[in-house]
Amino acid sequence: MTTTPTTTPTSTSTSIPEEWKFTARDIALKPDLFLSGHRACAGCGPATVLRLVMKALRGPTIVTQATGCMEIVGSIYPYTSWGLPWLHTAFENAAANASGIEAAIKALSKKGKLKQEHIDVIAIAGDGGTYDIGLQALSGAIERDHDFLFILYDNEGYMNTGIQRSGGTPTGASTTTTPAGKIIPGKLEKKKPITDIVLAHDIEYAATATPYYWKDMMTKVRKGLEVKGPAFLHIFAPCPRGWRTEPSKTMSYSKLSVETCTFPIWEAINGKRTLSTPSKMYSLSPQKKKPITNYLEGQGRFRHLFKPENKHIIDQIQQVTDTNWQKLLKQCETTT
Amino acid sequence: MSKQQHEKGWKDLALAAVSPKASTEFLTGDWKTFMPVNDVEKCVGCLICVMLCPEGAARGCSEQGKVVFDLNFCKGCGICANECPAKALTMRMPEKDEEGV
Amino acid sequence: MLVQEKGKVLVKQETLALNGDEAVALAAKHSDVDVVAAYPITPQTIIVEKFSEYVANGEVQTEFVCTESEHSAITASLAASVTGARAFTASASAGLALMHEILFVTSGSRAPVVMAVANRALSAPINIHGDHSDSMAERDSGWLHIYVENAQEAYDSIIQAFKIAEDPQVSLPIMVGLDGFAISHTLENVNVLAENVVREFVGERVLPMVMTHEGKSVPFKLDPDNPMTMGPNVSSTFYFEFKRQQEEAMQTALKKIQEVNEEYATLTGRSYGNGLIDTYQLEDAELAVVVVGSTTGTLKVLIDELRAEGVKAGLLRLRTFRPFPTTHLQEALKHLKAIAVMDKSMSFGGLGGPIFNEVRNALFDLKQRPLVINYLYGLGGRDSNPVGLRKIFENLQQIAKTGQIDMNIVQYLGLKE
Repeated sequence: MTTTPTTTPTSTSTSIPEEWKFTARDIALKPDLFLSGHRACAGCGPATVLRLVMKALRGPTIVTQATGCMEIVGSIYPYTSWGLPWLHTAFENAAANASGIEAAIKALSKKGKLKQEHIDVIAIAGDGGTYDIGLQALSGAIERDHDFLFILYDNEGYMNTGIQRSGGTPTGASTTTTPAGKIIPGKLEKKKPITDIVLAHDIEYAATATPYYWKDMMTKVRKGLEVKGPAFLHIFAPCPRGWRTEPSKTMSYSKLSVETCTFPIWEAINGKRTLSTPSKMYSLSPQKKKPITNYLEGQGRFRHLFKPENKHIIDQIQQVTDTNWQKLLKQCETTT
Repeated sequence: MSKQQHEKGWKDLALAAVSPKASTEFLTGDWKTFMPVNDVEKCVGCLICVMLCPEGAARGCSEQGKVVFDLNFCKGCGICANECPAKALTMRMPEKDEEGV
Repeated sequence: MLVQEKGKVLVKQETLALNGDEAVALAAKHSDVDVVAAYPITPQTIIVEKFSEYVANGEVQTEFVCTESEHSAITASLAASVTGARAFTASASAGLALMHEILFVTSGSRAPVVMAVANRALSAPINIHGDHSDSMAERDSGWLHIYVENAQEAYDSIIQAFKIAEDPQVSLPIMVGLDGFAISHTLENVNVLAENVVREFVGERVLPMVMTHEGKSVPFKLDPDNPMTMGPNVSSTFYFEFKRQQEEAMQTALKKIQEVNEEYATLTGRSYGNGLIDTYQLEDAELAVVVVGSTTGTLKVLIDELRAEGVKAGLLRLRTFRPFPTTHLQEALKHLKAIAVMDKSMSFGGLGGPIFNEVRNALFDLKQRPLVINYLYGLGGRDSNPVGLRKIFENLQQIAKTGQIDMNIVQYLGLKE
């Protein structure tokens, strides 16, 4: 069921109800639902994402997760890091799990067999489980208009299986299936514009976020949950292991991704795109936008690009970043 | 005394591998090389470290409104020290037999 | 009005002209299913079409999820089931093959999903007609397998399937196979029960209890009040034990299938052997065929003819393939001289088809073993008529007479040389 724009609580991004605003103190006091003792690597970006996402819930919630790093690290038997009902079945079907859970909730509710008045459903998948193997199930579930929030934590590769390239891996990155070799300098292809693909389904709410800007990210989780129907949140989550970065710098790269406009953060409500505050600054003051090298340097996966013979690839990445940013600015303008 | 989980036979385990323990019983604190130390004089209680800690090891709101660390879970990544705007946090090697490490 | 039969009081039934698919859809409706998640594929499609009509006309409160693939259909059924809903799906052939991965996840997750399989050949070459290649390929998926003989049994077995699968001691998914076209698309007179009678027979779902990480013993379902972690990552230290649990549930199902068959007979007057195997003229037979599915009817006609000619022919229909009724088969077949096991699917490079292998294996421990041969037949919907089937008994007679198998142990029936 699609709600009309006028009744949608998210239709005006500027007027956010008080209860969707998250203060550090409130969050700090809330108990974790993604529990300590999980087995993620030190400095794991997606682990911070899950902790914070689980503190942005609004009520009874069921979580389902695609196979991947964050599915494994939180469910190593006999231990679980999930303080709420949680289901994993396979890699390619997180959105289909959500479809079944949501259908069951609806059916049981209709028949008066559900204790709760409402249960939110969240599906979580990595870039492999979203861009690649999970895309069909996601597209189907959105088209069927199931009421669920799909959260993509994008660490730009199949990190769980040992850092292979995915549709979400950026140009130039060296992975174990696109190794920087003598002839081929890492991944040649572009990163798939996944959130644009999702938006093409005419989805009511889609947004991008990254954990350095945690307040923005958590508000977007909440907005996605408020939507009656499918919502999509693309969270950019640095992976020190796969990116060959210092574990302490995870949030620096989260921040740099926005500062260089590599990963601008924005939201689209009923197709209307708006830049979120952290990215808006670079629209208002383009001179503040940092060069892509600030983001690339220090990442082991891009180290080979700094060899003289590969300089043109860095130029190319800068060019594509600029083009995409300009395209986004136009999209934000034209839908304003 | 009841059997350890790994000693249990198939008749004793819950259906379909429903997890019997919370991971808060699994301490990850011994992964770390460096541990965070908070200079409470400098800590402004902004709680950014609490927000960004992947482990939930940085805990907010001690009596003085300062951050305390649960070293049972801290893996020593150093995100907290890197992001601390007040430069109150530093990472250092633990002393031998230091508590909570 | 109540129906009297053999002194027993049976419930009122209505006779409808239904094909097998329609009978299945009606049985799912009568069983008050909460969620149906399915994707169309011939010859199953009538099931989902029919069910869609119930939904469109407000005749059911079911959530019907028309998925974008069979992979998502079985996933959604599994997820709905572990959320506490009664879940049903249907598929065939390539669709079942696409579900393959999740079939194992469904049984391992102990989700009692009921699935109708309108049995159809697998590609290549593509063929839409009936054989058992699809479900036999899922032999080891941890599902209960029942194969029916006709539309009536399809209706009855779907109702029974919910009761069997959802028993808390079983808690396993079940597939009910009906031969593509021969049953799925063939109109028959089907006696159906009143909806309230079926609902009472199947009952509400009773969930098994599990101990969670919060130290509480709670019903096995995704419930925000009692959070539990389903589908975790299990190492070699524990994995084997969960597989052993599944095997135990299979053996429990062996008893449950018989109980439900009896209970259903008390209610309706209809039973299918002991629920596991069904026999025809077998007690005093010397020669017999072991068969699955719709060919049974044709064989019964042939056996009548042979009996009239003085041939001691009989038949055993394997209704339940998983759990495999080993001791029941041994008991029922031990007195025979020669047996032909019929397979409507092939195990390429193996010694005969899957049913042959299981049956011959079961008979190995008998002190006096019947001689057993295999007939591969009906692949891709190839017709099996009484004239063709007669050849089987001719061969069995020869084997019984000589006391040895002087022919290939694996025979092709109706194959053009």
